[in-house]
Amino acid sequence: MNDFREFGGHPEWGRPHFGGGASGDAYRRDLHTYLWGLALAVTLTVVPFALVYWHAMTASSLWIAIGIFALVQAVVHFRCFLHVHPPHENVDEMLLVLFTVIILIMMAGGTVWILANLHSRMY
Amino acid sequence: MSGNMLDNPGFSLRASYHHINREDEVMFGFWVFLMSDAIIFGLIFATYATMVAATAGGPGPKRLFDIGSVAIQTGALLLSSFAYGMASLALRYRSGRRKVIACLLVTLLLGFVFLGFEVHDFLTMFAKGGSPDTSGFTSAFFGLVPLHGLHVTVGSIWMVVLIVQMLRYGIDDDVRLGVQRLALFWHFLDIVWIAIFSLVYLGGLA
Repeated sequence: MNDFREFGGHPEWGRPHFGGGASGDAYRRDLHTYLWGLALAVTLTVVPFALVYWHAMTASSLWIAIGIFALVQAVVHFRCFLHVHPPHENVDEMLLVLFTVIILIMMAGGTVWILANLHSRMY
Repeated sequence: MSGNMLDNPGFSLRASYHHINREDEVMFGFWVFLMSDAIIFGLIFATYATMVAATAGGPGPKRLFDIGSVAIQTGALLLSSFAYGMASLALRYRSGRRKVIACLLVTLLLGFVFLGFEVHDFLTMFAKGGSPDTSGFTSAFFGLVPLHGLHVTVGSIWMVVLIVQMLRYGIDDDVRLGVQRLALFWHFLDIVWIAIFSLVYLGGLA
């Protein structure tokens, strides 16, 4: 299976740096990251769907619960599927993500704030 | 790029393929694109949030949305994200071209299941009188949710192109970087979907 010609032909590429290839510890660790991500994501999806389906709470507490589950699930996806681990990342990447978050807070948050304010003044 | 280089976020192949030319630059550039896309989605979400009550006498979320279909779409997209993860693993641990392509085909199939149910939902909404010209709410809905569907469609086309390149040229550096970038795109779209099913569908039905 590890035929290096399939990968472009450089002789060094024939030797995986990860011990044991698709059976080593590193492979198992990476596989577990994805499996954990899937298990957590399924749980964090099924619970809010069930809460809404059976109307388990009042509407306002449902909204809060849905929001919390969504935020936690987004963190799980970032860690387990996108492999973003904040303190250990490249500084440029983290500044990029933080800058995006600030822009989103100002523009998206500001839009909702101002229009909700206008709305409440009109009625 | 600053001097203190740690791993880029994402599933780097550097450790298993020595040095891939341009990996840092290409992946950083793709993160810049993803973050700009996140801002576009964020602003359209904000527009939707300001429009959600503006039904103008037309049908609202409770009449138009079908929680069962949304649950199937959510499951299909989540499993497709996992299947793509298995493709990334097969690439990283050199499990062979066939396994990478098989995982990508499963991903693609689940993507089509997602798109099929989504289009079916849109047609059902049209039949119930919820077309984009009905109200501010339906306009905002059809600005937001199909935009995500369009992203999934483009991602699927990209995936087909990568599979064809893999069959034609084998797994060379360009294909590897393509698979890595599409991985970021595909997982990113699943995160946008979390926001859509939570804010639009579950929030609307709560």
